[in-house]
Amino acid sequence: MFDTALTAKDLVFLAQGAGMTLFVTAISVFFGTIMGIIFGVIRYQIGPWWAAPLTFVLDVFRSIPLLIQLVLANAFVTTVLGLRVSGFTVACSVLSLYTAAYCSEIVRGGIEAVPPTLRRAARSLGMTWGQDMTYVVLPLATRVALPSWIGLALGVMKDSALVYIVQVVELLKSTQTLITRLQEPLFLLMICGLFYFLISFPIARFGGYLEKRWSND
Amino acid sequence: MIEIQNVHKSFGALQVLKGINLTVAKGEVLTVIGGSGSGKSTLLTCINGLEQIDSGRILVDGVEVHAKSTDLNKLREKIGIVFQQWNAFPHLTVLENVMLAQIKVLKRSKSDAEAEAVRQLNHVGLADKLKVYPSRLSGGQQQRMAIARALAMSPDYMLFDEVTSALDPQLVGEVLDTLRMLASEGMTMICVTHEMKFAREVSDRVAFFHKGVMAEIAAPEELFGAPKDPELQKFLAATH
Repeated sequence: MFDTALTAKDLVFLAQGAGMTLFVTAISVFFGTIMGIIFGVIRYQIGPWWAAPLTFVLDVFRSIPLLIQLVLANAFVTTVLGLRVSGFTVACSVLSLYTAAYCSEIVRGGIEAVPPTLRRAARSLGMTWGQDMTYVVLPLATRVALPSWIGLALGVMKDSALVYIVQVVELLKSTQTLITRLQEPLFLLMICGLFYFLISFPIARFGGYLEKRWSND
Repeated sequence: MIEIQNVHKSFGALQVLKGINLTVAKGEVLTVIGGSGSGKSTLLTCINGLEQIDSGRILVDGVEVHAKSTDLNKLREKIGIVFQQWNAFPHLTVLENVMLAQIKVLKRSKSDAEAEAVRQLNHVGLADKLKVYPSRLSGGQQQRMAIARALAMSPDYMLFDEVTSALDPQLVGEVLDTLRMLASEGMTMICVTHEMKFAREVSDRVAFFHKGVMAEIAAPEELFGAPKDPELQKFLAATH
C-alpha cells in the first residue's frame, strides 16, 4: 500500500510556491514583452547597423545562463550599489530583461514577415508611421509571433525555477524544502511536475485557441 | 490639378525618370502606357510622395509634394492610389478594411465610416461581402475592395498602378468596369495600364513612356490612330 507523510498543509505550501512561480512569470513576461516590443520595433526601424549596440546587450542576456545573471545581478545591486532590494525584485528584473532579449527577436521577425507592400498601402491611405504600426503591422506581426511567444512564456515559467538562488521561494524551492523534510523525492517531484503542468497547460491551450481563431481570417 | 515639372529620379545608377513634364487637369482621365521599366509606375509613387525625386517639382493643387514643409499624410488624403498587388489588410474584414483609414486618418465617427464604406463597397459591387475576410475573396474582388478603400477617403485624385496586371484574365473585366464607372463619374484619374483597349476607351489623353522619357502624349484617337514616335509605333505593333 502506498504511504506518504505528505499532509494537506504541505500541499498548500506547494500551491503557494506554484503561486509565486506564476507571479514571477507573469510580471517578467508582462514587462519583458513590453520591453521586447519596444526593442524589437527599434531594432527593425533603425536597421542592423545602428541597432548593433542594443543587439549586443540583448545578446548578452540571451547568452549568459540565467543562474549566473541572477547571482551577479544580486551581488551587484546589494553589494556594489549597496541597495536594499529584495530577491523578488532582483528576480523579476533579471527575468524581465531575459524575456525582453528573446521577445525582441520574436517581434523583429514578426514585423519583417509583414509584406512591405501592405505597409505602403497603409501609408498611401494617409496613415502615419504610428498608425501603420498600431493598426496594421503589429496586429499582423502578433499572429506570426504568437507561437514563439507562447513558447517563450512557457520557457520563462520553467526558467523561473532558478530564482531560488536569490531567496525567492517558488515551486521548485518549496518542493526541495519538503524533500529535505519528508525524504520522498520521487513522489514530491511528481507532484511538483503536476503543478507545473497545471499552470502551463492553460497557457499553451490559450495560445492554441488564439491561433485557431486568427487562422479564420 | 497635378503638375509635374522636369522630374528626374534615379535608383542608384539607373535613371528611371529623365525630365518628365506633365499636367493633369481636374476631371481628366490620363492613362500611361509603355514597356516595363519605362518609369510609369515610379511616376505614380512620386506623385503621392512614397518615392523621393532627385530634381524637379510635383505640385498637387499647388502644394509641392516633396517640399520639407508639406504634410504628406494630409496630402495623401487627397490622392488615392491602388497598386498592382491588392494589399488587403488580412486581419480585418472587408468592411473594416474600408473603415480603418477613415476613422484613424479622417477622424470620421464609426457610424459615418461604416455608412461610407458600405456605400463604396456597394459601388464596386461587394455589398454582399462586408463581413468576409479578404482571404475568402478572389483577386478581382480584393482589387475592387482596394479601390473602395481608396475611394472611401473621398480623394480628389485617383492613381491606378497596373491594377489588373496581377489578376487572372477572367477577373480583369470586373476591375476595368469599376474604373470605367469612375471615369464616367468625372473622377480625376491617372491609370498606368497595359490594357490598350481600356486606355483607348476611357482616356482623355494617353501618355507613352519609354526609358524614363514621356515620348508622346495625345488624345487616344490620335495616339493609337497615328502614332508619331517610332518607339510607340513599335510598342503598339507588339501589343496588338
